[in-house]
Amino acid sequence: MEVRVAHVRKEFDRFTALRDVSLDIRSGELIALLGPSGSGKTTLLRLIAGLERPTKGAIFFGDEDASLKTVQERNVGFVFQHYALFRHMTVAENIGFGLKVRRHNRPPDAEIRRRASELLDLVQLTGLEKRYPAQLSGGQRQRVALARALAIEPRVLLLDEPFGALDAQVRRELRRWLREIHDKTGHTTVFVTHDQEEALELADRVVVMSQGRIEQVGTADDVYDTPNSPFVFSFIGESSMLPVKVEKGEVWIADRAIGIAAPDTPDGEAVLYFRPHDIELLEGSGGCIAGTVAASRRVAGTRHVELEVGGDRQRVELEIPTSHPASEKTRIAFRPKKWKLFPAAG
Amino acid sequence: MTSVPASAGWRFKAPSVIPGFGLTLGFSLAYLTLIILIPLSGLVWRTASLGWTDFWTIAFDRRTLKALEISFGTALIAAAVNVVFGTIVAWVLVRYNFPGRRIVDAMVDLPFALPTAVAGIALTTLYAPNGWIGALLAPLGIKVAYTPLGIIIALVFIGLPFVVRTVQPIMEEIDKGVEEVAATLGATRFQTVWRVLFPGLSPAILTGFALAFARGVGEYGSVIFIAGNLPYVSEIAPLLIVIRLEEYDYAAATAIATIMLTLSFAMLLFINLVQAWSRKRYG
Repeated sequence: MEVRVAHVRKEFDRFTALRDVSLDIRSGELIALLGPSGSGKTTLLRLIAGLERPTKGAIFFGDEDASLKTVQERNVGFVFQHYALFRHMTVAENIGFGLKVRRHNRPPDAEIRRRASELLDLVQLTGLEKRYPAQLSGGQRQRVALARALAIEPRVLLLDEPFGALDAQVRRELRRWLREIHDKTGHTTVFVTHDQEEALELADRVVVMSQGRIEQVGTADDVYDTPNSPFVFSFIGESSMLPVKVEKGEVWIADRAIGIAAPDTPDGEAVLYFRPHDIELLEGSGGCIAGTVAASRRVAGTRHVELEVGGDRQRVELEIPTSHPASEKTRIAFRPKKWKLFPAAG
Repeated sequence: MTSVPASAGWRFKAPSVIPGFGLTLGFSLAYLTLIILIPLSGLVWRTASLGWTDFWTIAFDRRTLKALEISFGTALIAAAVNVVFGTIVAWVLVRYNFPGRRIVDAMVDLPFALPTAVAGIALTTLYAPNGWIGALLAPLGIKVAYTPLGIIIALVFIGLPFVVRTVQPIMEEIDKGVEEVAATLGATRFQTVWRVLFPGLSPAILTGFALAFARGVGEYGSVIFIAGNLPYVSEIAPLLIVIRLEEYDYAAATAIATIMLTLSFAMLLFINLVQAWSRKRYG
């Protein structure tokens, strides 16, 4: 089922959670809404589910305007971070709930039971039908919650920080497992996360959000390699930035050209973004960025150094090989291999 | 969550890092003995001195049976009424924000604080055939004061806070996500309340019921004003006990008291067992 979000705006009292958001989700796609807290990602998910109503704009499931329908009529599967299982029901009753409350074409009880145990097989919890949620681990509960959402054959599957309450190892395991389930069942799936690793690893496309707006939509490669805004650049992966000046198609720090050509950038103040590991260390003093080491830390296979650059001692972080003899006060000269220039804010 | 392995079996004292088990258990037992056990066993002992034949005569006296029936019957009905309306009151207080909510919230506790005789007199004045409400009901042929219906109304008044105050905190803890999930699964509002929320509240509602019921069985002050106290019609067992005492018939008084005690204990034990069972299931 294709989902189209068209110019949606959502206000809560005086707070605007979403400002004019548009998004096309393809049928069968696994898509991640990624952003810091307060970016509106959960609000967008709840709007798609019908748990909130847009202040403006509409949401389409296929050609049908879903914003005219209630939650109950939309037929979406929703999974919460804290599982929201029905405590007084067994696992099987939890899963069968959506079928049991149907008014029309409610399957017979035997069929509901069969379906529940089928779904338990799918989420690898075979034989736990009779258990109560209190008797399950966190990871198992989330699997039950997913099975319950899948039981109604949802048109869209929506997951709100599905692994947020689980520890790191279970998280990784469930991530892989969710991908498998998705590939097997082919439901259009949207999940919300603030964990970029999760989003990049799991999703076909990532929607990066900030302050109620969509910053960028793209594959993991797109958002990492060609971020289209300073926010995306600094939010996804490690990044370093330096305020620079552009003049005559060249990038300058103070009164030194740093050997980076910027023919398409208009003259003026700008900010240079690059990845701390994507640099080359240079000898000499011309056409490079130079600074003195202010701090250095060993992190796993590399060394992170903080460099003070230029007269105003702007700090930037670099990753250098552990074999490099840098220590405090050492002078290091480097040039980013890949970079991006954004006009200075304001 | 405790996770005691099933094979551990029963032990007198579960190993615990929290000290003071012996001290606190000893204190609790001594306290319960002094406050509850000694007076109650005195009661039973006094009754035992009566001998079986006399006991049976008093117990199966028609007036005693009728009084017990009225006491337990009205208390049950009142507790049932309180369960319904108390739960609704709790729901309104928890779920909605309206001007004066805090005042209503505070008002719920009034039956706790008010001397029960005051409540009884106030209710009688209202529901008597010439009272404000009684005058409205009289033309419809409904008599409230001086009938078992009056007793029920007094007990509803007395028992309301028990249900509200036990259900309210549990209601406040309901995870909103559970309701939202039920909605996405297609459940109507009614189905959500009935199948999802209500079962989660049922242990608390049951506790509220038990408390309101126990209070109703033992209630004396408010009832005697509104009941009219006609033997065989609206005479409650606690009143009969007082009547026997005034007749210096202490044996009969203690015998009725013992029957009440036994019945109350049996019913509360039963309710407790139901609760323990449901708690074990739902964790």
